[in-house]
Amino acid sequence: MTESNETLAARIKERFDTRMTRVDSRCGELTYELDREDLSEIAAALKEDPDFAFDTLMDVCGLDYLTYGADEWNTEGATDTGFSRGVERKPVILDEAEAFDPRRFAVVYHLLSVAKNARLRLRVFAGADNPPIVDSVVPIWSSANWFEREAFDLFGILFEGHPDLRRILTDYGFIGHPFRKDFPLTGNVEVAYDPEQGRVAYQPVSIEPRTLVPKVIRDDNRYSADLKDGSNA
Amino acid sequence: MPEIQSYTLNFGPQHPAAHGVLRLVLEMEGEVIQRADPHIGLLHRATEKLAESKPFNQSIGYMDRLDYVSMMANEHGYVLAIEKLLGVEVPIRAQYIRVMFDEITRILNHLMWLGAHGLDIGAMTMFLYCFREREDLMDCYEAVSGTRMHATYYRPGGVYRDLPETMPKYQESKFRSKKEIDRLNASREGSLLDFIEAFTDKFPACVDEYETLLTDNRIWKQRTVNIAVVSPERALQLGFSGPMLRGSGIEWDLRKKQPYEVYDRVDFDIPVGVNGDCYDRYLVRVEELRQSNRIIRQCIEWLRENPGPVIADDHKIVPPDRVEMKDDMESLIHHFKLFTEGYSVPAGEAYAAVEHPKGEFGVYIVSDGANKPYRVKVRAPGFAHLSAMSEMVEGHMLADVVAVIGTQDIVFGEVDR
Repeated sequence: MTESNETLAARIKERFDTRMTRVDSRCGELTYELDREDLSEIAAALKEDPDFAFDTLMDVCGLDYLTYGADEWNTEGATDTGFSRGVERKPVILDEAEAFDPRRFAVVYHLLSVAKNARLRLRVFAGADNPPIVDSVVPIWSSANWFEREAFDLFGILFEGHPDLRRILTDYGFIGHPFRKDFPLTGNVEVAYDPEQGRVAYQPVSIEPRTLVPKVIRDDNRYSADLKDGSNA
Repeated sequence: MPEIQSYTLNFGPQHPAAHGVLRLVLEMEGEVIQRADPHIGLLHRATEKLAESKPFNQSIGYMDRLDYVSMMANEHGYVLAIEKLLGVEVPIRAQYIRVMFDEITRILNHLMWLGAHGLDIGAMTMFLYCFREREDLMDCYEAVSGTRMHATYYRPGGVYRDLPETMPKYQESKFRSKKEIDRLNASREGSLLDFIEAFTDKFPACVDEYETLLTDNRIWKQRTVNIAVVSPERALQLGFSGPMLRGSGIEWDLRKKQPYEVYDRVDFDIPVGVNGDCYDRYLVRVEELRQSNRIIRQCIEWLRENPGPVIADDHKIVPPDRVEMKDDMESLIHHFKLFTEGYSVPAGEAYAAVEHPKGEFGVYIVSDGANKPYRVKVRAPGFAHLSAMSEMVEGHMLADVVAVIGTQDIVFGEVDR
């Protein structure tokens, strides 16, 4: 990259100060978190200001932090009940909750500056409302159109000001938001030919949920900072 | 009574020119398109959700099935993202092998595109010619991974195994004469590298052949020149990448601008279009065929002279050699852990992008320190390109829709994911 990330970071700090919070990255990528109220203004500035010139929006990605950091196996000590297979059976079809954890739903934007050869990642948390809502960036980057429709379809995040917020990937008449962490992997319905009605019809899913490999979080010493340069790295 | 001005036409999802399962709802006035509304998702398999429920390595095979005409390029994006999070060093030989197979994949993809695009707008011969050459490259895939398409050859830390010393040969059967078999096996006597070299020797002449058929062809030009012109500003605004962006005259190629693997050590040029129409995008892709051929030749030369390991030595991530496992307890444990639980990736997030034959193929992985990714997001180039469909076909005739679908190089495996 022609411009190092640090110069860019310094310029962002100078211009936006505390409105953008830098997130540490071990991979040398620039990530910032910002308030959803600031999104439209900062995004427009990042695009229009020749100092930043983020002319392309490469990706918009919805995220659900519901089970972040929760593992299915106890790896710290022995258990007296044995290990479960990690199978969960609490499917949620439509979440009627009054409010969500404000840090549950997030939208991640990947920006690219073709002019300056730089990349930037922005993360905006969608707040506690049900449904979660974020400003649309379609007026700033046209490419956001379908990406935001996808995030709406899969996560149920609304984008205020989007010109045409319809479902995009799921079936016509689909209920629920399949990429939320409380949506079962097998789905809620399946289709089969119904000989009595003489057509293909929806019915409740007949597949049993199962987990082949439980999710395990290990504090692997190789990655802790003080051991990284040690002999057993 | 008001006169009916426009009407709606349903195109697909089962249509030979839809390149898969695209349903287009076209608002037309006479034969002129007013608005196009693509309905996608008919091939949606929730790859990203499935990846969340499996250890990292088990999803490599899913990546092949995204853009199913450029398999290894997809795997590359995925393993790069994992490697970024893990901080693994990939041996230099593996990097060269990856670059070589990326370029083989690019030729595979562009041949498929050229054949199908030609067929769509009336050049039947192209399809036959392109598939003739594709067959040889499929054999390279098969020799190195055992499968012709869904290779699962790239692994975090390197590639699955080194290039084979022998090529599989055709065997005599009642359907093929001895003479025919000898002709087919002539280039298969040596190693895989010899076979690929023989291919690169003859391939530029094949590209000349395609160009004789198309580049100055009157019908081809009538169907592509000035069709779906995209200005450079709009191309950026619409999130274009790859040949779609270069066709509009922007010199942007991740292999040059943000080089990964050993792209900074090989010599190649980036073709750029001028007018941003279907014809320029055609010229860009044809030139990319030649440039890929050039890169492959440089890789062959290097690979011949530099033997070495093809996968990292870290057995916390890479399974140990089977021979080692026979008398080494440690290796057996590593093997067992890797194939039951997988490896845990440190918490964090990474976005890795490769210059996929269709554009920027990015994989964004969020990890919470577990043996499975917390979230995988695939940034498919075709998704952004297809979203510009309405803008590109507006004001064109119905027959041009087919030319635009062709020029966008749409494959539904990656658009729907």
